[in-house]
Amino acid sequence: MSQAAAAHYTSTGLDSRKIAFWTFIGSECLLFGSLIATYLVYEGRSVSGPTTHDILNIPLTSFSTFDLLMSSLAMVLALAAVQRGDRVKARVALGVTALLGSVFLGLQAYEFTHFVREGLGFTTNLFGSTFFTLTGFHGAHVFVGVVWLTTLLVRSFQGKLGPEKALNVEIAGLYWHFVDVVWIVIFTVVYLIQTTPIAGT
Amino acid sequence: MSEHSTAEHTHAAHATTMTYLVVAAILTVITVVEVGVFYMPAMKPVLAPVLLVLSSTKFALVVGFYMHLRYDHNLFRAVFALPLLIAAAVIVGLLFLFRVF
Repeated sequence: MSQAAAAHYTSTGLDSRKIAFWTFIGSECLLFGSLIATYLVYEGRSVSGPTTHDILNIPLTSFSTFDLLMSSLAMVLALAAVQRGDRVKARVALGVTALLGSVFLGLQAYEFTHFVREGLGFTTNLFGSTFFTLTGFHGAHVFVGVVWLTTLLVRSFQGKLGPEKALNVEIAGLYWHFVDVVWIVIFTVVYLIQTTPIAGT
Repeated sequence: MSEHSTAEHTHAAHATTMTYLVVAAILTVITVVEVGVFYMPAMKPVLAPVLLVLSSTKFALVVGFYMHLRYDHNLFRAVFALPLLIAAAVIVGLLFLFRVF
């Protein structure tokens, strides 16, 4: 977006892109709220295994959670570096954020593969369907975030990510941190608060 | 950059690198506590409420400090908080409707 467009008047005095993005994040709250609600409603209603107690790997997902939290730290440091005009630190922080996001995706791919080998597919039972839908949607969001961060990194190496473009990084950061907070909820609700075994047993 | 954007960044500038590092340390500690609580048999009766409080704290820290909502304009808070409350109401409503509680 050109400087002239960025400086346009708005009735709120706030940048329209940022308001639009916060609105988008609000809509994402509703999406993930629905997915989490669906998971919670159906999780204990599977008539066959495997279910949460049999299959979830808490140490692995604890590490994934730590990984994503640290990626949020790197993201906010990247924004601060871009605002200061510190291109080297901005590139390092953006690269670290994208790398940690990729590590998270790798761990999720490993987890999904392991589950399928253990006999839990998308259509195996209600737990499988809702689990893969919820965590798959989240993983897709992480993937989009990694692609977004990579494009910012490329723009930085092209010399086109100076302090005047800080809002672009801030908006990417909002998206990345939102993906992180969604995982904070999923980690607690899905992995740590494991409710019922197979229905009727 | 426009005047209003500069003003927004001035708000965001309240948080320093040290603040971000402290928040990251707190988030890590809370995660360790969450996993520790999960493995403690004595905590089973209160596991869900304790984990929900810890998770909410992490959520608030990331949204407040990393997403700068603590320092940002009230309109952003409203645009985020309203759908969040609706989502929470949907979750609680469905859980009651399907007699999960």
